[in-house]
Amino acid sequence: MFNTHYTDVAIIGGGPAGLAAALAARRAGAEHVTVLERNHELGGILQQCIHNGFGLHRFKEELTGPEYAYRFIPQVEADPNIHVYLNTMVLSLSPEKEMTAVHPVHGLISLKAKSVILAMGCRERTRGALSIPGTRPAGVYTAGTAQRFVNMDGFMPGKRVVILGSGDIGLIMARRFTMEGAKVEAVVEIMPYPAGLARNIAQCLEDFDIPLYLSATVTKIHGKDRVEGVTVSQVDNGWCPIPGTERYIPCDTLLLSVGLIPENELSQEAEVSLDPRTGGPIVDENRETLISGIFACGNVLHVHDLVDYVSDEAEIAGEAAARYALKQTADGVLNATNGKVDKFAIKPGDGVRYVLPQRVTKGAEVDLYLRVSQPMDAITLSLSGLTLARKRQVRPSEMLKIRLKAQHWESLLEAGNAEGRELCLAAEPR
Amino acid sequence: MGEKTHYDVIVIGGGVVGTALLRTLSRYQLKAALLEKHAEVGWGATKANSGIVHAGFHNKPGSWMAKLCVAGNRMYDQLCDELDVPFFRNGLMMVARTQEEEEILQQFYQQGLENGVPGMEILDGDAARRLEPNLSEEISMVLRAPSGGIVLPFELAAAMAENAVSNGADVYTEVEVASISHGYDGFTITSKDGGTWKADYIVNSAGLFSDDLARMCGLDVPSLIPRKGEEYILDQRVGNLVRHTIFPVPTPKSKGILVIPTAEGNLMIGPTALEMPYKDDVSTTTTGLDEILSFTQGLVPKIQRRDIIAAFAGIRSGSPTGDFIFESSNEGKAVHLLGIESPGLTAAPAIAELAAEMLAEAGLPLKEKPNFNPRRPKVIRFKRLSDEEKKEVIKENPLYAHVVCRCETITEGEIVDAVRRGARTVDGVKFRTRAGMGRCQGGFCTPYVVKILARELGVSPLEITKRGKGSELLTAEAKFFLKGGETNV
Repeated sequence: MFNTHYTDVAIIGGGPAGLAAALAARRAGAEHVTVLERNHELGGILQQCIHNGFGLHRFKEELTGPEYAYRFIPQVEADPNIHVYLNTMVLSLSPEKEMTAVHPVHGLISLKAKSVILAMGCRERTRGALSIPGTRPAGVYTAGTAQRFVNMDGFMPGKRVVILGSGDIGLIMARRFTMEGAKVEAVVEIMPYPAGLARNIAQCLEDFDIPLYLSATVTKIHGKDRVEGVTVSQVDNGWCPIPGTERYIPCDTLLLSVGLIPENELSQEAEVSLDPRTGGPIVDENRETLISGIFACGNVLHVHDLVDYVSDEAEIAGEAAARYALKQTADGVLNATNGKVDKFAIKPGDGVRYVLPQRVTKGAEVDLYLRVSQPMDAITLSLSGLTLARKRQVRPSEMLKIRLKAQHWESLLEAGNAEGRELCLAAEPR
Repeated sequence: MGEKTHYDVIVIGGGVVGTALLRTLSRYQLKAALLEKHAEVGWGATKANSGIVHAGFHNKPGSWMAKLCVAGNRMYDQLCDELDVPFFRNGLMMVARTQEEEEILQQFYQQGLENGVPGMEILDGDAARRLEPNLSEEISMVLRAPSGGIVLPFELAAAMAENAVSNGADVYTEVEVASISHGYDGFTITSKDGGTWKADYIVNSAGLFSDDLARMCGLDVPSLIPRKGEEYILDQRVGNLVRHTIFPVPTPKSKGILVIPTAEGNLMIGPTALEMPYKDDVSTTTTGLDEILSFTQGLVPKIQRRDIIAAFAGIRSGSPTGDFIFESSNEGKAVHLLGIESPGLTAAPAIAELAAEMLAEAGLPLKEKPNFNPRRPKVIRFKRLSDEEKKEVIKENPLYAHVVCRCETITEGEIVDAVRRGARTVDGVKFRTRAGMGRCQGGFCTPYVVKILARELGVSPLEITKRGKGSELLTAEAKFFLKGGETNV
């Protein structure tokens, strides 16, 4: 029906994950790499993150979002074998790695790839998902939407702001609004500890004397046409509002920074299985999903704290997708679905919210990424009883990384505590 | 403002009843107009309606509700076909869980037979679960009415208004009526901001506010009972839990809390029925949500709190008599349609016919217009096109290749088309196209929709509103506050 285009590695999304994956795939020998980006430019959400703090780990420099993106974009654009389609929305993806997409000039495109990398990023949780009671006036925005209005379009969505949730984008926007002459009345967080990075609490709230109310939430939105105020209540241990603690804060804007959700509608269409804990695909150390030849990286896989780790992860996926495309599967690491490869499941145990990758090839030396389930002063990280590392001052907002080494495998297999091909990663307080 | 045209008929209130009437009137050789207080038509109770086209077994035989519900139901296939509005006869099920409920259910069956409801059947629980496997095991008997359907109430109202306008009628939005007087030169209607309109006949289809308007015409009518209903929308992922609209056995005050497939593939749960002291409280509440969840989980246990993506509420114009009320004043030249609560959506096309007859009896000549076009131009819904059709529309207009709302796959072409059909606000675009109705609830597309609206309407983004004056989305240009400004809207 249509001319089908063929490519070696197709990458869905041209944000930080897609960019690093594209370069890595080419370095690993993929001949043709195709990047499908829905926006009119590469860089993804980094383009609206005009604050600095990106790249400390990777480049040992404090870059802004666009600067970080431009560490990758010129190289991608200079490579004649990386084909970038902008303004291109992928409409469907099959397990056979066939895609349809729409492009303003080429119209409906049909594309078939040897391997696919999912790099679609995430979206913000909304008011509807929280079911905040009250009216539905103008002036309720997710933090990222407000960020786009201010930083990309040059408009202020409001002047007196309450921010629900202490996620990083909300904290960044608290500072941004303040620097634009608006008044941020409060940041309200339902948990007894902040959701964002400690450095953002210090640099975005404390430096500007913006109050942070912990164990509190917005229990009602007021205003008919435009937000006029919110009711904030303290909550108990079960997150239930405590009667009598209500306070009314007049404001014209409520920003929501209450979490990010990996955007996996396309992945599910391709029958990729998801991990309910991360909201992203279940992957192995190559970031290959349970559908052979479909890989995932970046925030579509799990929500990262720092973009530096997104780039690292994307390089793993990019390289593996290139090897898959080149059929370099001699080591048997790829083709995860055929079940012939010796894989161990890594499950989160006590104190661990999630761990990634969820599946690891027996004996493979890999970095495990995890988040703890609550803040703890000092912990021991152990894998099925074997101590891997000790950490201090851990918080759910920060991803932890530990190396699973060859000697760990030896001990695990010797001690026989890897039975059932399932390993359990626990974070116990010391 | 001051309008010079002297209209034959002015319809006050652009809900589904008012717009249906405007379209009916546009069939005839007369000059008709509609006054609507919101920024767009269909934004009162219509927008918050459940969208159910009732079969007609709920209402007492002989009542206006029973007659006009069954009559209106029969008109829906043609109406929605002519206007290209999605409409499905998905069927209704009323479910009983106890012997007492089974007996009541049988009475509704008898009532439906008397009202002329076609095709009804009574099923035992197992037979019902073969049709709807996710129904609760506790359900022991079901009354099924295949003629029941679902429609998009806002889209229907907007489509009827659009079609009426293309046949010569006028629609004025953001006009809130302040007074009505009747003299030798007909009616003079004055709006709150001082505009005046003149007409020989008027129809009051002001919904919840129709009692206030009737009193402006000197009619002594009982007050309507504002009855709030909250509704919650579930993710499309669970849109297939049921196919039929599932009703409990009703209470005297309402049809109960339902599980409703929408014409767009989401499931909706609700509504509550809470009598309100005010006519404008459309807030949602924690108690409302809890009540709806626990009740509907009793009908379909797989319904989960975490699948909720959006909430809204509306206010029904509860009738003090329990039936629709049709009155006239000023020698019949003012027709008042009051207490149009459920099944008002279903009955709307039939109510429109009835109101036109009442006007004719009072002396309005109804002469068919030879060039009346009942069809509205087809709406391109990109997502639903075949690949071949997609290719075609993109070739004609590349804006159909630019996906603006990623959750619902809504293109810039569809948004521009919505503006050309009358959308003036972000909500107007949202309700016409679904841009912003998906999982991210407009998080990604709102800034783009604002830009497209501003461009198409030739105004600044600062002037773009969510749903009319006072609901501006943006407050000022960046840096404006730093110069000491409050707002430059």
